[in-house]
Parts: sequence; C-alpha cells; structure tokens
Amino acid sequence: MSIPNTIAGAARALRDGSVTAVDLLESVLERAHLTEAQLHAYLNIDRDGARAAAEAADADLAAGNDRGPLHGIPIALKDNMCTRGLETTAASQILAGYVPPYDATVVTSLREAGAVIVGKTNLDEFAMGSSTENSAYGPSFNPWDITRVPGGSSGGSAAAVAAGSAFGALGSDTGGSIRQPASLTGTVGVKPTYGTVSRYGLIAFASSLDQIGPITRTVEDAALLLQAIWGHDPKDATSYPGPYPDPAASLGAGVDGLRIGVVTELAGEGYEPAVESAVADMVAKLQEEGATVVEVSLPSFEIALSAYYLIAPAEASSNLARFDGVRYGLRVDGETTEEMMARTRGQGFGPEVIRRVLLGTYALSAGYYDAFYGQAQRVRAAIRADVARVFGEVDVLVSPTSPTVAFSAGARVDDPLAMYLSDICTIPSNLSGDPAMSVPIGLDEQGLPIGFQVMAPSLGEETMFRVAAEVERLAGFDARPEIPVVAG
Amino acid sequence: MSWEAVIGIETHVELSTRSKMFCGCVVDFGAAPNTNVCPVCLGLPGALPVPNRKAIEGIIAIGLALNCEITERSVFHRKNYFYADLPKNYQISQYDVPVCHDGHLDVEVDGQTRRVGIERAHMEEDTGKSTHVGDGGRIDAASATLLDFNRSGVPLVEVVSRPDIRSAAEARVYAQELRAIVAELGVSDARLEEGSIRFDANVSIRPEGSEELGTKVEIKNMNSFRSLERAIEFEIARQIAAVEAGEELVQETRHWDEEAGETLSMRTKEGSSDYRYFADPDLVPLVVPADWVEEIRSTLPELPEQRRKRYAGLGLDPKSAEILSASSPVIRGLFDDALDAGAPAPAAFNWLTGEVTAWMRRTESEPSNLTGVRVAALIELVDTGVVSATAAKEVLEGVLAGEGEPRAVAEARDLVQVSDRGELAGAVEEVLAANSDAVERYRGGEEKVIGFLVGQVMRQTGGKADPKLVNELIRESLAGNG
Repeated sequence: MSIPNTIAGAARALRDGSVTAVDLLESVLERAHLTEAQLHAYLNIDRDGARAAAEAADADLAAGNDRGPLHGIPIALKDNMCTRGLETTAASQILAGYVPPYDATVVTSLREAGAVIVGKTNLDEFAMGSSTENSAYGPSFNPWDITRVPGGSSGGSAAAVAAGSAFGALGSDTGGSIRQPASLTGTVGVKPTYGTVSRYGLIAFASSLDQIGPITRTVEDAALLLQAIWGHDPKDATSYPGPYPDPAASLGAGVDGLRIGVVTELAGEGYEPAVESAVADMVAKLQEEGATVVEVSLPSFEIALSAYYLIAPAEASSNLARFDGVRYGLRVDGETTEEMMARTRGQGFGPEVIRRVLLGTYALSAGYYDAFYGQAQRVRAAIRADVARVFGEVDVLVSPTSPTVAFSAGARVDDPLAMYLSDICTIPSNLSGDPAMSVPIGLDEQGLPIGFQVMAPSLGEETMFRVAAEVERLAGFDARPEIPVVAG
Repeated sequence: MSWEAVIGIETHVELSTRSKMFCGCVVDFGAAPNTNVCPVCLGLPGALPVPNRKAIEGIIAIGLALNCEITERSVFHRKNYFYADLPKNYQISQYDVPVCHDGHLDVEVDGQTRRVGIERAHMEEDTGKSTHVGDGGRIDAASATLLDFNRSGVPLVEVVSRPDIRSAAEARVYAQELRAIVAELGVSDARLEEGSIRFDANVSIRPEGSEELGTKVEIKNMNSFRSLERAIEFEIARQIAAVEAGEELVQETRHWDEEAGETLSMRTKEGSSDYRYFADPDLVPLVVPADWVEEIRSTLPELPEQRRKRYAGLGLDPKSAEILSASSPVIRGLFDDALDAGAPAPAAFNWLTGEVTAWMRRTESEPSNLTGVRVAALIELVDTGVVSATAAKEVLEGVLAGEGEPRAVAEARDLVQVSDRGELAGAVEEVLAANSDAVERYRGGEEKVIGFLVGQVMRQTGGKADPKLVNELIRESLAGNG
C-alpha cells in the first residue's frame, strides 16, 4: 500500500479503494510519532477522536455517502480555533485546560465535509509572532532544519504539513501568519479575501485583519481545502454573503495574457539575495509563458508595517480583555476582583502578548488616539486606495513571501523589530483585505525553502490560484524535508 | 444671588425583544441565573456578535417618536473597561455616530410647553448582574460576588437629553412623558421599579442669566418619578448651599439614598476613566435605509402628545385630555368609539374615567360588555331624561354585568323615568292638594318650597318621575291657579 502525498491524490486513492481513511490517519500518526519530538508541531493530537472520525468516514464512504474531496482526509487545526470538547489554548497559559463548548464554523464545515481532525497545532501565543517561539508550551521547529524556526504564527500547522503529519492544515493570517510559515516550510499557504472564511470560533487577535486559510502541499489541495471552509456565515457579521469565486476553475490555464505586477517596494535592503534571485527567475519564467510583467510602485507599502503595529495591537488589547480569570481559564486569586484580574493577566500572558496589549492600549488612549490609531487607519485607507489603483493595471502582484528563508531559533526573540520585519511582504494584503498566497519555488544553497507570493484583488481567488498553479508547475518543487528521526 | 438649575437626563431603556442584542438567547428576567446564556453573551473565546434587527427597529421607533434624525450609517463602538459582570470587558455601544440624533420632546409644565432637546439615542448592550454576598451587600465588604449573565447582552437604548431642563418638576414631567412614549411604542416594558427604564440626571447650577455651564454632578439610583424629582431638588439645594458657603463643587457621581432623602458621593475617581472607544471590528456599519425608516414610521401608534392635542380638539379641557391620554388603552378605545357613535366628549370622558374606571378597579376585570355605542346610548338616555343621572349608574352596572343594551337594562331594572305629562299631572295635582300649607307659602314668595313639592311627587312616583318635568308641571299648575 502506498500512501499518497496530497489531498487530491488521497481522495482518488480512497475512492479507488487502494487506501482507507484509517490508513491515511495511521500514516499521519506514524509520521507524528517519528517527528514530533524534533518538531513539536502539535500541542495536542486527538488520537481517539481522529480514529473514530476516520472509521466513520470509511463507513460513510462505503455506504455511498460521499462528502467530497475532504472526506476521510486528516487535517490539523491551529490551536486558536475552537473545538467542542477538545482543549483549545491559543498557546497561552491563560487558557490552559480550556475546553470550548462549541465548534468554530470552520471546524463544523470540516466535519461536515468528512475531514478527520488530527489535532491542534502550535502557534505563537494568540497568533502574535512570526516564529512560533512565543508559544507558552514551547517552540516548534522547521522540518527542513530543526535548528531553525518554522515561521509563525501558524508554524505548527506549516511544520505538520511539511513533515507529513497532516495532509493539510488550517492556519490564521493576521499579518502573514499563514503565508510566512508556508514560505519557510516549503508549503502552500493561502490568506483568502477578508470575510470569505468565517471567524466565528477563531480566538481573535485583530478582528479586522484575522482570516483563516489553508496550508497544504500543493496549490490544488489548497483550493480543495479552501472550498470546504469558506462561504457565508450568519454568525459572523463581517462574513461575505456571496457570490464566491471558484479557486479551482482555472488551475492549469497558464498565465498567457495575464498582467503581473512586480512590487518595487518589496525588494532591496533586508532581502536575502537567494530569495530575490529565485523570485526574479520565477518572474522571468512567467514572462516566458506569456504573462506581461510590469514593475509597479505602491508607496504606501513602505508604511504598512507601522500602521499594522498600531491597528493589530489596538484591536488585540480589546479582544484579549475578556481573559480575566472570571469565567474560564487561569485564575490567580487576589484580595479584590481587580487584583485577581491583574494577577491573572500578568501571569497568564507571555511577554509578547503583554507588549502588544500595552502598545494597543496606549494607541487607543485619549489624547493619543488620533496620532496613533486614527493615523494608522488613514494609512490603511491609503493602502487600499493604492492597491485598488494598481489592480486597475495588473491582474496580480508578486513578491517574495518573506525577505529571508527560515532563521535560526532564538535569533530574533530578543529583537522584536527584526521579528516584525519578517512580515513586511505579507502585511499589506491584511490591511487591504485582499487575498494572497505563498507557493514554494525552490531551496536556497542551505537547502531551505523559498516562497513566492501572489496577491490578487478581493475575490480574485480564481486568478490568484491560476497564477499560483503555474508558479508551482514552473518551479517543479517536489523536494521533501529529511527530518532526523530520533529512535522512539 | 439667584440661581438657575441646568439639568440633563440620561435614560436607559431596556427593549423587550424576544432575543438579546447580539445573540439568539432569550430575554427572560425571571429565569434561573445563567440559564439564558451562550458563547456570545458569556464572552467566550472566538464568539462574535450579530445585531438583532428587532432591536434596531425598536430604537428607530423611539428616535422617530422623539423627532430625531435617523442616521443612515451608524457605527458600533467598543467601550473598554474592566468589570466582572461585563463578560468581554468591553461593552458594544455607540459613540460618535449613533442611530438617532437631534430630536426633541415637548413637555407641559404648569400649562406651559417646554421643548427639551434630545441630543442622541444610541444602541448598546446591557451587562450581567453582580450580587455581592456577605456583610450587607456592599462590594468592599463582600465575601463573594455572584454573577448572573442572563441580562448580559439585552438590548438597551440610551436617550440623552440636552441640558434644557430647568427644574426638578420639569425633569419629572420629561421622564414621565418619555416613559409614556416608550410604553406606547410597545418596545419596552418601561417599568421603573424593575429597572427596565432607568433615569440618571446631570445637575449643575449657574447664576441666573449666565450662559456658562457649572460643574456637573451625575445622580443615579432613582427608582420612581417621585425620587427623581426629590433627588434633583435635593441636589440643586445642596449645590447652591455649597457654592454660597464658598465651597468648590467637584464633578462626580452621586447616589440617591431614598430613605435618607439625600444624594451621597460614590467616591469614584471621575474623569480618570478612559474608555478607549474605537469602532468594533467585529461589526459592520449599521445601515438603515430611508424606506425602512418610513416603514417603521407608518406603524407608529398615536403618541401621548398627539393624543392630548386630539382630545383637546374634541372639546376636552387640558387636564381632562391629560388624564384620558394616560388612561388605559381600553378606556381610550371606548372613548374614541363612543365619540364615533355620537357621544359628546365631556360626558364620555366623565363616564369612562369615572364610573367605568372605578368599576374596573373594583372588579379587577375588563369591561368586555361595554362598547362605544353603549356608552353613547347611556349618555343619550340621561340627556333625554329617560333615566336620571343616579339611575344611569345602575344602568351602567347592568350593562357591565352583561345584561344587554342600556335601554333594555333600564327597562328591565325599572329605571325609566316617567316623562309623560298626562301621567305626571295626576300625581302633581294630588300632591298640591295634600300640601296646601306649602302651596300657600310658595304663593307667598317662598320659592324654595318648590323643592319640597318636587320631592313629594318623586316619592309618590317611586322615584321614577323626571324631576325636571315635575318642577315644570308644579310651576305651571300653581301659576295657572293664581
């Protein structure tokens, strides 16, 4: 029996009877067994629940009740998505032991699609970080080099998919938290158009920027997973009612006749030469395939990072206020209610979370609001206008996903600003609400993956996936990480 | 120096929608603690708010009734503060772009109409309820705090008046009128004692003629219109006394102590709270298209002020118009129907707010056998002398008891007056013959003796004679013989 590598392949194998959902799950659990000690991609593997779901999926399929391409496929969830009856911590001490009484809408969608939920993956606490080192339960590591970070904040999901301990995973992307780890782990990561995937049940970091999306090994798999989770949700007031594009409609259609913009501002100082040349090579190939390539300038991208680091912490300061020890999670007692709340939060939150809550509280304070939060909102409007203008001229924008390949564990933990720069290429799409995705295009000389970012206008997923599929084909990237296996 | 009070009222109205403002939980205050709760109103991680359309209709109705402009795109903001019964530690409210703004409410005080500006009416959610147990229920001495989140997320409308009110009496009338409007709209139970409508007052004083605003004090915890008036009266006097004694007033919140009859400082740090308002990113702007507003406007009931004006136009004096306007819908409905059936307004008013209302109170039942047509018929029986005013009360009793039409009741109960001249003439002659003394005295100029003679005829006829007609017949008879 050979286990396929991709969701699409596994879906075919399930239907031709060469594998069962239980086989797929066992292969994933075996991979996890061999690699978790080195990677720490998961916070919690739900072996019993997953086995029951896989058996049910097999029985369902045998009964002729085919739920579609995700049926029987083992999927991992970033641990900031609520799962009924399964501990959900957002990698924070403050939610240690917290078991939600309800499923996030994406979880319901996955269950309805017949997916098998393997477990909950590691992340930077409350999705605040770019390396998965800010987890209260210990960092995750990169399957391509276990001395390096997998990126973040969805580093656990990306590492699990790269290592083969899940066929696909969901991440959340507030400033690049799906795309940057996908880039650093050689996987495909998609941040869909804001509002297309319900945020109900996603533990909020920054509500106006957060968006759930897939991390997979191929572009096609990403389209399949995205189609299973998106759609209008009446429980999310910011949910897009429709109609929705078909991300898989133009896979394989090539790029002939498309206009591709190369963003001038996302290059230069701070970008590794290997990354820049890999991206330039890919752009040249796309041109050879018939795309029109133009250099475009989006001056507002230069100040996107500053705006982001006011808006995201401001929203976070309010979103995280509910973690107070009163109703659930950690409680550290005090003489008064106020003291109990302060102690709970002081002990329950890690340093990066506290830094951002303080930053955000300050940005919203009377007398500072206009200069900080108000100004950041004006920058955001300028970015939207800039992007809208450029998308009048080109179909997609391309850039590196991350200025660098995976960096060494610990290299940036004491330098928040260097860490924040990891997201310089990904943040603009969160601020504009537009979709963007990362596709692996090769390895640098150290054998570390390089990601290529494709950005599209809102609801432009069909064209985005079309370009991404062509990038994938042209790159011919099929390397798999070799993870030193520790005898178990 | 003579002082002027400057008063503004903030009113919280709890809407009586079936479900909460941002989730599907049932609104039910009688329920066991924490039974009407869900991830949204408990502020669980990941839960998101979705606005309740019925609540929006409620605030638009209130806004229209208060002559407000309705904002086409209003914005929900987060008001951030930490409190144990506030599950998210922020309240979803509105800040600079409320649903309703710039309205007014006309109130009548001592026969004068005063216009009170309405600055705004905005939509927000209620908090949970804290109960401090042990040591007298005071938070600083409590051994534990019990939290009930059934109220968490119940839709609240806050109506903010402009500081246009100048006396405690005006404030009371404003509050009563606002309560009457909200009750009439049917959007809230509007019960003060249960807290479904709550009034806070902002009070300051300034020298008469001054345009500047003095230091503002907010007073809370008034559970009746009377305590609202008393609290404001006390506060005005306290402030004047303080200023005249050379003290500096501080901006603060004071608590009305009903028993002591005074306001007490709550000793909270005022001005230090910074709610860090910002637009709630979980919600999109609230869009209220003009046709929705018009649809709601077309379903608005007649409001107390309109009703008073209409009653006055029908010939009721202002006091009666006000009494009737504040009467129950049953009484008002009967009034309108009686007028349609031809009854004169003052008589219909007297019967309905007098006898009928008294009967309802006495029997604790609805006048289901009474109709406007029957009210009009009863009045006509009196006006045409068929029954006496006294007998009419008995007729009404019969009608209310289900004995049929007023005329039939009068006949069945043998209450019809004898109004036939021929029939009465005999009785009059008999009485005059039997009372020659009195007849002599009358002829001697003692006018009032006629009352005695009428009484004798009434007695003779068993009370059924029409006294007016008897009076007339006696006069005629005595004049003719003279």
